[in-house]
Amino acid sequence: MSVFIAKRVLTLIATLIGASMVIFLVMEILPGDPALVILGVDASESAVQTLTKELGLDRPPLERYISWITGLLQGELGNSYAYKVPVWELVQGALLITLPLAIMSIILSIVLALVIGLYAAANHNKAGDVTLMGISQLGISIPNFWLAILLIILFAIELRWLPAGGFPGWDEGILKCLTALLLPSLALATVVGAILARITRSSVLEVFREDYVRTARAKGLSQRATLWRHVLRNALIPVLTVTGIQFAALLTGTVVVENVFHIPGLGSLVLKAINNRDTIVVENVVLLLATMVITVNFLVDILYAVIDPRLKAHDI
Amino acid sequence: MVGGTMTLFLLICAAISLFWTPGSAYEIVIANRFLPPSADHWLGTDQFGRDIASMLMTGTQNSIVVAVVAVSIGLFIGVSLGLLAAARRGWTEEIIMRLSDFSFAFPAILSAIMLTAILGPGGVNSILAIGLYNIPVFARLTRGSANAIWTREYVMAARASGKGRLRITFEHILPNILSIIIVQATILFAIAILAEAALSYLGLGTQPPEPSWGRMLNEAQTLMFLDPMQAIYPGLAIAIAVFGLNLLGDGLRDVLDPRLSRKR
Repeated sequence: MSVFIAKRVLTLIATLIGASMVIFLVMEILPGDPALVILGVDASESAVQTLTKELGLDRPPLERYISWITGLLQGELGNSYAYKVPVWELVQGALLITLPLAIMSIILSIVLALVIGLYAAANHNKAGDVTLMGISQLGISIPNFWLAILLIILFAIELRWLPAGGFPGWDEGILKCLTALLLPSLALATVVGAILARITRSSVLEVFREDYVRTARAKGLSQRATLWRHVLRNALIPVLTVTGIQFAALLTGTVVVENVFHIPGLGSLVLKAINNRDTIVVENVVLLLATMVITVNFLVDILYAVIDPRLKAHDI
Repeated sequence: MVGGTMTLFLLICAAISLFWTPGSAYEIVIANRFLPPSADHWLGTDQFGRDIASMLMTGTQNSIVVAVVAVSIGLFIGVSLGLLAAARRGWTEEIIMRLSDFSFAFPAILSAIMLTAILGPGGVNSILAIGLYNIPVFARLTRGSANAIWTREYVMAARASGKGRLRITFEHILPNILSIIIVQATILFAIAILAEAALSYLGLGTQPPEPSWGRMLNEAQTLMFLDPMQAIYPGLAIAIAVFGLNLLGDGLRDVLDPRLSRKR
């Protein structure tokens, strides 16, 4: 197990370094002078030069990359060009909203997927199964930001049950904040949940046909007991993989949906940074989002090995 | 069948909008703002008096162009890399696969955010970002399927008869994995339409006055309290396009590759 984890950790570190290099190359080496972008095309040459020096952009690329990474490791992300405050402060505040939103959405989508997927599998080819699978196909096709707008129209404008957007801040109480995140997480969870429900259904059906399930049934175990003891554990492996893959979709979905609800998370922060030409913020937020995607995939790999030891044995 | 019909309907809408639309998708007539649906304006008009039905039709063109170009970028580069990896194996395969591994950390929206931060918003950047995201998807799929074909007996026979790797790739490997690639392309086409809409919604993609579904949703959102229907049509158009393409992908899979079809 330790060899397996060590190998995975090495891959994780290599991938993170690779990702940071890509971001650095795209943001700093590609044509486009951040100083000129900040000051505007009408800026005088001397002003551009002064700012270039101030931002440290006159140093060689390798030196800049290394100082960015060492800064990152020490929690020093530099100052935002637009707000003149430490980037870390901005990111921290936004992360405290985006992370709970992403976690709420993934929990909601797993619950949706298990309920729908298991019900559909148990009622294979019956009316309930066909209807639910039809609805889930529709769920996959709906853009999450449109669903978000529809939810606002229904629950905030027509029924007036929930707020149409905004975020009160954690000081205002957890309940108020969770209520504000409810509609956004529902919009995100519906699409991911629809995909996961289809995977859960087909995976459960597949496991139901295995010999060991037949043996368990032949032993006299009830269908319910077989489902909980034998089927679920094995059927959940593909569901877990897809959940890992979907996390990336969910996280980028957060960027869009946050903007629908005017929630000041990472998505809103990065978009504002683009409009303000605040490249240092964009760079760090993109790296943070990419790191989250990479780390979740790493955790899924490790969880795999815990759930299914065969995968680990094969890998070693 | 249903998926094919829906996709065909979209293509026809886009084609017709090239030379005819029921009203003007561009002309601003403030006197005509917020008109209800009528014979002149099938779906009514927006806050600038532009004809919504015409904007939707013209938006179809935009979505299709972005999706076609983005999927083509992914298709040509990704499939070539995948075929190369399968034909060469060894370190070539290792490098291509590791590169594609970490490019998965950059979903289309993240790439688009980076590109827009540097190059400014625009349709071309969204095409590039979606195209870049498609490359590793095609590369992985092609390499996996091509590796399976390389072990077949007829490929070994071709090698024994002295055919080179390049020739075998084009004569035996590509034709045998084409159906899987076509199915994947259909699915990625749907994803590209969704991604383009999301980017335009955020203001990173297609820029005004060019109508695009995502942009229309963005504008409609500010009018949600005044005219909620404006937020319904563009979303419905996106959902129909994606739903049709997903169904078409499923259908094509059943027809082109019966082994992959859902047996359950």
